[in-house]
Amino acid sequence: MSNDHPLGQTPSQTVGPFFAYGLTPEQYGYNWPSIAGPEMADEATAGERIIFEGCVFDGAGQPVTDALIEIWQADGAGTYATAQGRNTGFTGFGRAGTGVAGDGVFRFATIKPGAPSATEAPHINIILTMRGLLMHTFTRAYFDGEARNARDPVLAQVPADRRSTLLARQSAPGVWRFDIHMQGESETVFFDL
Amino acid sequence: MVKVLTPRDFGSHPAYIDKNYRSTALRGPTRPLIPIRGISLAAPVYGHDRVSAGDADLTANGRKDGDPQGERIIVTGRVLDDAGRPLANTLVEIWQANAAGRYIHVVDQHPAPIDPNFFGGGRCLTDDQGRYRFVTIKPGAYPWGNHANAWRPNHIHFSVFGHQFGQRLVTQMYFPGDPLLALDPIYLGVPAKSRERMVAQFSIDATKENYALGYVFDIVLRGESATPWENHA
Ligand SMILES: [Fe+3]
Repeated sequence: MSNDHPLGQTPSQTVGPFFAYGLTPEQYGYNWPSIAGPEMADEATAGERIIFEGCVFDGAGQPVTDALIEIWQADGAGTYATAQGRNTGFTGFGRAGTGVAGDGVFRFATIKPGAPSATEAPHINIILTMRGLLMHTFTRAYFDGEARNARDPVLAQVPADRRSTLLARQSAPGVWRFDIHMQGESETVFFDL
Repeated sequence: MVKVLTPRDFGSHPAYIDKNYRSTALRGPTRPLIPIRGISLAAPVYGHDRVSAGDADLTANGRKDGDPQGERIIVTGRVLDDAGRPLANTLVEIWQANAAGRYIHVVDQHPAPIDPNFFGGGRCLTDDQGRYRFVTIKPGAYPWGNHANAWRPNHIHFSVFGHQFGQRLVTQMYFPGDPLLALDPIYLGVPAKSRERMVAQFSIDATKENYALGYVFDIVLRGESATPWENHA
């Protein structure tokens, strides 16, 4: 660390198996309000309503049922909410654990993000933590078939043969599926940002 | 001007795969992270309005008909960046076992008693000096299945956002002098030079007379860089 940055960073640790009542209490049925959950949009939210769902798979191909997914996205017009204001009543921040449905699936009810700038493609930022992961990972979900993907500056930094791991695919009308593979042939691209 | 964070100091953080912490074997990524530079993304806007003052007192927020069992403690500290600047108005969330080492979580099957008056979750926003403060119960140690006779040291789980998306941190706070630290693969997974940053310090100043011992735990996140990435290489 340079002289400008004299303090050492606090090390990361696993979120462990028991985060649900603290971080996602409402989703798991605990009697405490969540600060964010999987229902991110309501009738008043402008934009194209989508379900954004998927599964986290471990290196043996088994679904992880104690992962925490946090997503952060722009609104339908491509604008991120700020502490000063939200354009649409939509914060763009959602949280979901994978331990409720029984099948390891996370499922957000949200809207399709717009492109945040002229050069970027629409995407959802993802923070993933789980038992057995000593430091959270960042990834991004882009939308399959979106023309702007071809010139997105972040996708451009990903080797071409791994870009498909960052594509959400439409599995039904209005449903976008994004599976995360921790390891293996189709290991998802994780970023250091 | 794009705000960039100081790089994640990988020498201070645990590796993704650690042979002594078995669950990492199938869950840690095996390929190098892909660095993306020049990205400036503010931290998420969450439900600030859903954080209430009572959320920071874990001796009260789960109370049904009496005080929770165990040793009351105060856990306080500051959220700073690596240049020592306080991060104001940022969310700090904690969760922990009760005094007997039992989580309220339904999946926790450790045969230690549930405390009907203790929930174990808390949160608050830092003040303009980056300070947070919780009143809680000292959590008990608990066994886990990693290896024979494995016990987690006393710890409190922390989740912090900071002001930038890249500052996100999930960690655990430990207690000074705990003999289990020397045996815990999760603690030992962190390089030796930085482990002690996760250990709170006892503080007589943070102690409230006739009420509760005080512990201080400062949390240091990546800072906003004054210079471009290239100069940090
Ligand atoms: Fe724990």
